[in-house]
Amino acid sequence: MPFDLLVLSCLCYVILLFLVAFLVERRAVGEALPWLRSPLVYTLSLSIYCTAWTFYGAVGYAARSGLEYLTIYLGPTLVFVGWWWVLRKLVRIGRQQRVTSIADLISSRYGKSNLLGVLVTLLCVVAATPYIALQLQSVTLSFSVFASGPHEGWQMPDRDSTAIWVAGGLALFTILFGTRKLDANEQHTGIVTAIAVEGIVKLVALVAVGSYVVWGVADGPADVIARIDRSAIADWELAPSRWAGLTFLSAAAVVCLPRMFQVLVVETGDERHLATASWAFPLYMFLMSLFVVPIAVVGLELLPEGANPDLFVLTVPLDRGQGGLAMLAFLGGFSSATAMVIVAAVALATMVSNHIVMPLWLSLRPTPAVSGDVRRLVLLARRISIAGVLGLGYGYYRFSGGSGALAAIGLISFVGVAQILPAMLGGIFWRGATRTGALWGLGLGFGGWVYTLFLPSFGPDAIFSARLLAEGPFGIGWLRPQALFGVEGMDPLIHSMFWSLILNGTVFCGASLVTFPGPLERLQGAAFVNVFETGNRGPQGWAQGKAESEELLVMAQRILGEEPALALFQSEARAQGKEGYLPDPVPGFVERLERRLAGSVGAATAHAMLAQLAGRAAVSVEDLMAVANETAQIMEYSARLEAQQEELTRTARQLREANEKLTQLSVQKDAFLSQISHELRTPMTSIRAFSEILMEGDLPPEMAARHARIIHDEAIRLTRLLDDLLDLSVLENGSVQLNLGLANLQQMIDRALRSAAHTRPERGFTIHRDPTAENIFLFTDGDRLAQVFINLISNARKYCDADYPELRISVRQKGGRVTVDFIDNGSGISKESQELIFEKFARLSDQTRAGGAGLGLAICREVMANLGGTITYLPGQGGAAFRVTLPLRLQRAA
Amino acid sequence: MQVPGGWFMTAHVLLIEDEPNIAEAIRFILMRDGLKVSTHAGGADAIEVVRTSQPDLLILDLMLPGMSGFDILSALRADPQTEDLPVLMLSAKGQVRDRAAAKKAGVDAFMSKPFSNAEMLASVRALVPR
Repeated sequence: MPFDLLVLSCLCYVILLFLVAFLVERRAVGEALPWLRSPLVYTLSLSIYCTAWTFYGAVGYAARSGLEYLTIYLGPTLVFVGWWWVLRKLVRIGRQQRVTSIADLISSRYGKSNLLGVLVTLLCVVAATPYIALQLQSVTLSFSVFASGPHEGWQMPDRDSTAIWVAGGLALFTILFGTRKLDANEQHTGIVTAIAVEGIVKLVALVAVGSYVVWGVADGPADVIARIDRSAIADWELAPSRWAGLTFLSAAAVVCLPRMFQVLVVETGDERHLATASWAFPLYMFLMSLFVVPIAVVGLELLPEGANPDLFVLTVPLDRGQGGLAMLAFLGGFSSATAMVIVAAVALATMVSNHIVMPLWLSLRPTPAVSGDVRRLVLLARRISIAGVLGLGYGYYRFSGGSGALAAIGLISFVGVAQILPAMLGGIFWRGATRTGALWGLGLGFGGWVYTLFLPSFGPDAIFSARLLAEGPFGIGWLRPQALFGVEGMDPLIHSMFWSLILNGTVFCGASLVTFPGPLERLQGAAFVNVFETGNRGPQGWAQGKAESEELLVMAQRILGEEPALALFQSEARAQGKEGYLPDPVPGFVERLERRLAGSVGAATAHAMLAQLAGRAAVSVEDLMAVANETAQIMEYSARLEAQQEELTRTARQLREANEKLTQLSVQKDAFLSQISHELRTPMTSIRAFSEILMEGDLPPEMAARHARIIHDEAIRLTRLLDDLLDLSVLENGSVQLNLGLANLQQMIDRALRSAAHTRPERGFTIHRDPTAENIFLFTDGDRLAQVFINLISNARKYCDADYPELRISVRQKGGRVTVDFIDNGSGISKESQELIFEKFARLSDQTRAGGAGLGLAICREVMANLGGTITYLPGQGGAAFRVTLPLRLQRAA
Repeated sequence: MQVPGGWFMTAHVLLIEDEPNIAEAIRFILMRDGLKVSTHAGGADAIEVVRTSQPDLLILDLMLPGMSGFDILSALRADPQTEDLPVLMLSAKGQVRDRAAAKKAGVDAFMSKPFSNAEMLASVRALVPR
């Protein structure tokens, strides 16, 4: 097949994947696509376990080592069949703690130790490097197989440049899709769907090649079985230690591999999918492995001695001239490789950016950053990390010479990531596991793996000299990388796995037993180990969105306070047309909430908090709650201080006001006493003087009578003054006894006019009235109200200075209140005096003394207050004008 | 009716009091004693009245409409023509503070209302220049 056509096919295929991912993300934003979250897609996305290694390498593996390749499927099958114990817990913890990667899981479990995060990240990057190199190698190999045909068009470049092109292309695709946006949740629906598509492609491709081999090359299953019996594979003998070791290794790898963790835990929305995956994924692997041996056997028979068995999947169809089938197989292998690389790169990039780049950047830039900056930085960090991871893979490929069987390289990675297993299992099942234990275990396991397997894998004299491999460092025999402690004769892989995991697990347990967990470790340990007991966040609680709203509400309450948060959420829910307090966490609402929270805790924190809650992030919800609680406490404390301060200020102000009032009252009291004294002494003076004159006798009778009349008038004046004073005192104290009843307003005015006629009876007064409007029945104290009217009419009679005095009395009813206006045609009261007239003893003119002591209007005011009404001066009426307002029905107090 | 000494005959008392009954009582008492008494009720024009009538003694109420007795007194004391005019001040407030303030303002005598007629006569006699 021409090489350019091959490249074109690859490009088309990649563009197809791109389109799938793109469309899915576009639609996923707009509307919910239930089937995207279905167990089927979940299961198919798990197929990234089957990489190019499985696709091509399994056949090679079978050709070399017989049925041993089955261990690679056996381990995951066991894990998935027993999903209830480990996987379910991992997924639940991942959901509850918003885990973003396996490094995050370990770091989070052991008290958010970033050191652990860094260690796991490094381990994963190092372990993934051979694996990525493996994918590059397989794609490069498959290219070279095709290109070895007759050359037309482009010349196949050498393998190194092919690998670099492949690596570059994959990096581009991953960056385009894995880091298009910094999703609040670390889920990549588009990529997951694209991977599910690739899962179908590789299954179809492998089954097609297998079927072709069974029914096209051989004569059906019986013939194939006969051929197998004749082949060397039949002579294969089971090596129990290797069999068990590899099964264990693949079981560990399926949960520890960063890319597997990504699809298994991070990308999944629902742990119920696990139930389906628990049988569907083993079935998928069964189908993937079904035709491995037939292909291997037929390949060994058909192809010349020395042909690379890793490529039988391609070379067998090619050899039989089945170009289309070979193309399909090629695409299947290409799918396997690209899927693995993309997810691995995304997972590793997340880890690198979250655990290495961000902490570094934050420690180098202690000034609080604008959130936008951080997001851009994270995206950039991820992009660079993706490129870096692929670069490392390419470097390993070049460095290890692109040689070695695919399976062997894959197993090196498996042993590396398996080092995470003790810390992970210990973390989710054993509360006593501590950070120190995890650190030492992981560190030693990591070191052991690097020393005994990873570095020697480059071959003698690459990194370790042949002499070091044979005799140990500095000639220390028991430190020989592939024969630690003098244990010889073990398979190097099993040897490395045995020692590194023994060392890892023992140190992990030992150190955990002798050290004590910190408070946060305890908290997290309990949250992880007892994840199923921590209440109502069960699978049904995760009915997408609702639980998130609730968490948002819980957090908002802790920061904003209960009532405001509830009010905010309720109004949002109502705006969305929902009942209750839980609106859908649509972006708009979250944005508004963020702004609201920013007012309380600052923009950066609010953003971080919401990003954590709305999505998933390195810090757990509990941690955020702790922060929120703390914030709330601090805010409550400062609010309390503020309240106290305010209260003190208020009290001080009240005291000052009270003091001013008292001073004023004292002044008023002095003035009042002084006034009373004056008002009492004045008539007394006349009475005393004239009575003394009378006592002396010898006065003409008419003069004596005149003097006696003066004495009499002044005595009456005194009595009236005392009456007024007593009246006022009673009214002011509120101890007045009101005699409530129905009274006709018209009759009251009549009565008042009659009584007031005694005042200056010599003056003719024209009264204007409106009898119809006056005909109202009031429920009030009629005598008291009449007293007010008498006072007003008397005042008009006394003080109206018009030549032809007139008084207009107009009544209006409005709502439940009645207003009665008394307006005369005199010169009125000047503006500055209007404020004084209702004060006691505020007599404005001194022209006549026929009336009282200047207490009249003061009494009116008090009466009206007692009748639930008011009396005011109405300015601008052309004369003195008073308005009396009172309720139609006076409600009895109490 | 007994007629007192000649120096007393011509003495002219000006009474500034807004309360008509009180003014009438004082006028009766003093005139019965042979003094020439003129009365005035307003406060605002009191100073002018004092200047034009040139009394030998001024009886001045403290609380007057328009202008207080203290203000009138200060104005009179500031005027060379009236600075030596004897002044008897009357007050119905009867507070100690007023008495002290009146002394300070330069009154020659101070009486609280109500007063006895004998008291009034004695005060006037003491103040009328001989």
